[in-house]
Amino acid sequence: MGFIQKLFQSKKAKQRAQKYRIGMEKTRERVFGRLDELLAAGAPIDEPLFEEIEEIFIAADMGVDVVLSLVEHLRNTVALKRIRDAASLREEIVEAMFERYVQGDIVDTNLDVDHPLSVLLFVGVNGVGKTTTIAKVAHLLQAQGKRVMMVAGDTFRAGAINQLRVWSERVGCDFFDKPQGIDPSSVMFDAIQKAKATDVDVLLCDTAGRLQNKTNLMKELEKIHRVIGREIPDAPHETLLVLDATTGQNGMSQAKVFNEVTRLSGVVLTKLDGTAKGGIALAIKETLNIPIKLIGLGEKLDDLDYFDIEEYIYGMFSDLVT
Amino acid sequence: MAFDQLSDRLQMALRRMTGKARLTEKDIEEMMREVRLSLLEADVNFKVVKSFTKEVKEKALDEKIIKGLNPGQQVIKIVHDELKNLLGGDTAEYAVKSDALTTVMLTGLQGSGKTTTAGKLALYMRKKHAVKPLLVALDVYRPAAIEQLVTLGQQLDIPVFEQGIDAKPELIAKAAIAYAKAHGHTFVIFDTAGRLHIDEAMMDELTRIKNTVNPDEIFLVLDAMTGQDAVSVADHFHGSLSVTGSIITKLDGDTRGGAALSLRHVTGVPIKFMGLGEKLDALEVFHPERMAGRILGMGDMMTLIDKVTDNVDEDDMMTLMEKMSSGKFNYNDFLKQLKMIKRMGSLGGLMKLIPGMNKVTKNATIDDKQIVYVEAMIQSMTTHERKDPALVKRSSSRRRRIAQGSGRRVAEVNRLIDNLDQQVQTFKRMSTMDPSQIDPKNPMKNIPAQAPNKRKKGKGKNRGGFRF
Repeated sequence: MGFIQKLFQSKKAKQRAQKYRIGMEKTRERVFGRLDELLAAGAPIDEPLFEEIEEIFIAADMGVDVVLSLVEHLRNTVALKRIRDAASLREEIVEAMFERYVQGDIVDTNLDVDHPLSVLLFVGVNGVGKTTTIAKVAHLLQAQGKRVMMVAGDTFRAGAINQLRVWSERVGCDFFDKPQGIDPSSVMFDAIQKAKATDVDVLLCDTAGRLQNKTNLMKELEKIHRVIGREIPDAPHETLLVLDATTGQNGMSQAKVFNEVTRLSGVVLTKLDGTAKGGIALAIKETLNIPIKLIGLGEKLDDLDYFDIEEYIYGMFSDLVT
Repeated sequence: MAFDQLSDRLQMALRRMTGKARLTEKDIEEMMREVRLSLLEADVNFKVVKSFTKEVKEKALDEKIIKGLNPGQQVIKIVHDELKNLLGGDTAEYAVKSDALTTVMLTGLQGSGKTTTAGKLALYMRKKHAVKPLLVALDVYRPAAIEQLVTLGQQLDIPVFEQGIDAKPELIAKAAIAYAKAHGHTFVIFDTAGRLHIDEAMMDELTRIKNTVNPDEIFLVLDAMTGQDAVSVADHFHGSLSVTGSIITKLDGDTRGGAALSLRHVTGVPIKFMGLGEKLDALEVFHPERMAGRILGMGDMMTLIDKVTDNVDEDDMMTLMEKMSSGKFNYNDFLKQLKMIKRMGSLGGLMKLIPGMNKVTKNATIDDKQIVYVEAMIQSMTTHERKDPALVKRSSSRRRRIAQGSGRRVAEVNRLIDNLDQQVQTFKRMSTMDPSQIDPKNPMKNIPAQAPNKRKKGKGKNRGGFRF
């Protein structure tokens, strides 16, 4: 039995994978459909084929370095295993991607929310979908029986506080804010005091979008992080980088700098329902070992799912499997 | 990434073919491979890269050897010029109808920066073209989107037309036109909701708005950090709306912005503006030349110049210069200078903007902490010592005290003293030059060489140079 078939033999796995299938349909059609054609049985394995494979991965924003080494690995495997048929190359591709992602570890996508008061901090550049993601996460955690409070830490952008407030009303969770323009660290401080006084289980902290090369804004974020950690030891329990799937190579720089400032525990890959593939997140895992924890697949509250590399690959290659 | 700059990449390729007077086709092909990788790393779409490198290769084969440039530089020049052409030749100033109402519609994906850009554009047009702008809120979907625009309008003192979230966007747009005419507005900006380019229902809505108001301009607003998918986004938006131009946002980040080239290649419409920050005046006319240099990772002198002019107080600078040329430059001034540098962001980031400095920064890691150390040393001086550098220079016990006070070594204090001297010396040489003789292409050329360095190498007192 082949590697992919093994992954997807359980019915439950298939059902979950269905969601990815639909969400990533466009991705698959536009990019990996080509791979399918390319690997049609009987095609010879030659240099032009490798070049085409290279382009397909580059089109997924996986980054030149990662792609070059992946294709090099495929070349070696083909030589080593004496693979002559392009069709059997499919499995090698899927397997290689899987192995490079997990790197021999068990990748845990569960959020660390089982402390008496868990704090989740959401960071990222402007316009990636931090606020919407918080709403979705709140929805998800409430369904798990947690009492959630949203903290409006974006005191800079016009309308940001109200955007989060509207979401908190839709989700039906607690909400904490202070006037616009105030130091976000003080918002976090007061929110934690309030949460301690009530029986809130999880704090979801929004922050203003900031480009990673803005020194002052990154210092502000460092302070937010520090203040939270001072009030609750080991907090924030999760610091999640929200990353837009349409982002190209700059995603790596984002992950590097935000990780230096706030020690990231995971990535949330948003807007995966478009045609973009978010391949840079794979490169981030490979380079910095920061796992993708959640993915956003639309604008509705339940358009959020835990990331699963097997399903992600399956979403990309499902046409190749069946 | 070790070789992410095109110039580095080409240098590597060139090392294998030094000594050749003229490049063979094979050499150029090899260089094109490096050009390809460099452009891919800058997020230019791979299809665009393919056709681009093909064109450049043909040009490179035809090219005569330019005097003074080595083959590598020559290829870079061809690539740069070609990129600049593709991005739109020269900077295009925006034209408004002088007599009647001009309407502009902003479209794009979620989070690309449409609402902020709407505010910036309104301000820009009011400043440069003396129009009377009106902002129209058509995003009835995202929570608080209308409020965001209303707040921006208040900050800029520009009226915002909105009808809440229950009306249909095309009807709001229609009513807005009537309102604008009735109230004497001459420039109307429609801020539409962000949407996925493959969401047909939402794309239809844009078409309906377009048909209702028949705007003079339809801009696609694109995030500079967009990856390979920029092609697909541009293709869909242009396909269903026939956009007339585009605006690249978030160029104040450190992305190389290859998406701009993809966008331009697919749509063929000019890139009109670029967004350079969260402040509402951070919108500029698009500069193809700057963008070309940036995509190639060749450093962006213009951005550096902007950064310097933004953060340096001209009066402060003049006083410092006067002091330097009169030889009265002291540690207080030094401290002031450091503060100015600090305001511009990290030194490493700053250096990257200077062409040719990429390599320097890679080898000698620039330590931002050095600035902190220097500050600590100066702050450990008495006010007298700060005013009169000679005091510190003469007395070794003072130097020892400063070192102890700042937690640095005496050698570092010595280096600081040398550094102050050097600055004054360099400035004196520069100020004795005739400004008319400065070659604009190479301003450093005519500066007399520095006096031979008398300092001995090795360890010990007064040895080694102070480096930032």
